Amino acid sequence: MAEIPSVKEKYTGKIEEIVFGNCVAGGADGMPFLSFENTLKRRPMIAGEVVDDLTDYPEIAAEMFDGRQKDPVEWANMWKEIGADMICMRFPGAAPDKKGTTPDAAVSIVKSIAEKTGLPIMVTGCGIPDIDNKLAEAVGGAMKGTKIILGKTEEHEYKKISAVCVSNGHAVLAFSNLDINLAKQMNILLTDFGVGRDGITMDPLMAALGMGLDYSYSVNERIRLAALSGDRMLQVPMVCDCTGAWDVGDAVSTDDPSLGDAKHRVAWWEAMTALAAMLSGADILVMRGPGAADMARVYAEELTGVS
Amino acid sequence: MATAIEYFKLLPKTNCKDCGQPTCLAFAMLLANQKAKIEDCPHVSKESKAVLSESAAPLMRTVSVGTGGSAVEMGGETVIYRHERRFVNQTAYALTVCDDLEGKALEDRVNTVSALSFERVGMIFAADMISIKNVSGDPSRFAETAKAVSALWKKPFILETDDVSAMEKALEAVGKLRPMIYGAGPGNLDRMAALAKKHGCTLGIKADGPESAADLSVKAKAAGAEDLVLDLGCPNLKRCLEDQTVARRAAVKKKFKPLGYPLMNRVGCGEYAVAIAAVSTMKYGSLVIFDDLKNYEALPLMTLRQNIYTDPQVPIQVKQALYPIGNPGEHSPVMFTTNFSLTYFTVRADIEKSRIPVWLQIVNTEGLSVLTAYAAGKFEPEKVAEAFEESGVLSKTNGPVVVPGLVARMSGKLEEAIGRKVIVGTNESKHIPKHLKEITSQ
Repeated sequence: MAEIPSVKEKYTGKIEEIVFGNCVAGGADGMPFLSFENTLKRRPMIAGEVVDDLTDYPEIAAEMFDGRQKDPVEWANMWKEIGADMICMRFPGAAPDKKGTTPDAAVSIVKSIAEKTGLPIMVTGCGIPDIDNKLAEAVGGAMKGTKIILGKTEEHEYKKISAVCVSNGHAVLAFSNLDINLAKQMNILLTDFGVGRDGITMDPLMAALGMGLDYSYSVNERIRLAALSGDRMLQVPMVCDCTGAWDVGDAVSTDDPSLGDAKHRVAWWEAMTALAAMLSGADILVMRGPGAADMARVYAEELTGVS
Repeated sequence: MATAIEYFKLLPKTNCKDCGQPTCLAFAMLLANQKAKIEDCPHVSKESKAVLSESAAPLMRTVSVGTGGSAVEMGGETVIYRHERRFVNQTAYALTVCDDLEGKALEDRVNTVSALSFERVGMIFAADMISIKNVSGDPSRFAETAKAVSALWKKPFILETDDVSAMEKALEAVGKLRPMIYGAGPGNLDRMAALAKKHGCTLGIKADGPESAADLSVKAKAAGAEDLVLDLGCPNLKRCLEDQTVARRAAVKKKFKPLGYPLMNRVGCGEYAVAIAAVSTMKYGSLVIFDDLKNYEALPLMTLRQNIYTDPQVPIQVKQALYPIGNPGEHSPVMFTTNFSLTYFTVRADIEKSRIPVWLQIVNTEGLSVLTAYAAGKFEPEKVAEAFEESGVLSKTNGPVVVPGLVARMSGKLEEAIGRKVIVGTNESKHIPKHLKEITSQ
């Protein structure tokens, strides 16, 4: 037999491990799923998306949850039954032109989800900084002692949420817009602000399949390679939100029968986005569709060799 | 590929300028970027030339299937990650036609494969090849089916059988069309390699892991077949990812010639087959043969392939045109943005979210995004006015014309150029729905 030269890379860096109760995110010490160079202690986590307001939530997705999507706690519990590792609780309804979910109401939802599912939770707001900061403050304080992820923070809007995370032991979700340098800059800002190494998760924007996935795939790979090569400011778990797949016209369109069944198509659209995210370095995947989430989990288990 | 410094060491270092470059180092840098040929230097020594041609030899062989303009090329890859340099030849997808079909049934099957076609961002997505599979066990039948398919299917195809006599018979019938021969395994390698050599065809080798693939490729080469595609026999996602990574790294980083060939997978159909194809498309597969592929599987998979094989330095562009969204009418707003595909898709998705019909005019900015295009002078009010003129959008509607918030500065000039009031839109695409609701409710 021909002897194949060793292709194992020698990396000096390792991704930080963040502990959420019984779950751990991160810890990679080689490129994704390569058992000849990566210890592969665990597979990427699957976070099921729950929203407090269905106004902008696609109907084709809502139909898949048997009516349980009307109550966030029930919905989160359904995610647990499906096999999700984490709940991504979003509050688009906190915006004044929507339901107007108050910080107190958000606290009650998040606490109930934690009690009912026992799963770790990622909490994000409606995208309006003032409202999101108040929401994070209330939820972060109420959840002291149970580590959650709070977001999103951006380059010019990170101090309030970061302070809440530092004083209550939570992790920050650091968002950057498809750019390795911005991603690093965010982590430097947070570190300088006093956020510890077990308190940062990074979201470098996972563009969906056909919507710039090529950029995300390469930015993720470059981030992971730089982290493994020793750049400490990039050695944090990576969160990839794959739900953007549901915004792609070609994924959900029902106008053209030659494109095939839309439910199957959009499931694949999100699952392939998730596969690309995993192969390029994702540690936590945010998923919308139950079918796609299930595919992502099964493939992650198989690729890792760990369930 | 050698680096500029490695090239420089082999040059005369006289800075004679005979190559057209100011210095030998400048010439070396062009060589490293493959923008010059070593022959451009009239003074380079024979020894250096020999060393250079050795190091310039491709790390992975490029092979082709079929003839003329419709031939499919595979391999020729030079890097591990797509951010280093563009992946060269995109993964080819083949669908199976079994040789137990004949007449109308065969014609229907080929038509079904042909019908699997989509247009996306100005590109046609379709199956690249048909794999004619010998399930009948009858060599004559196999040859007849190959002949019948070749009359119906104008793209390249694959002859799939372990039976050397069936392969021989089919090649006698259609060998001139240069089908791919699949496959050669330990039991029939010499005879299959001889057929590949005789007909000038690419040979697919069925191996069991990277080591056996390396062994078999060396043997095939010794038997005279050099255009090879290696099937590592990956039974699952994990083996597909790891074994294909090993092969690619060995070929490209370690210059290990026995694995310096394109890789392929033979899968069935259904969810797991598509998952393997997706992993293979991202991680180093050049060909996937399916039993079958549904349209709702094919569109996402082919979109993935388009994304992975896009040149990271050349953004995907959409055509300058007027895109009506949601059946707009004579009072609907006009919006416009650049032809950078990412910008287009984002803006389009946010307009669709608003459920308000809009005329979206795309302006050719050579794939640059809004701010970059504006800074580079490729997104000027005159250009926007020209695009409006070309599409005639302003005669279709008297609705408001919305300027992207990031280029609000062009408002005055644009008003002059089109003779109509404009309003300034949002800086960020995600705020479009809210803004549209405001301006249309007035």
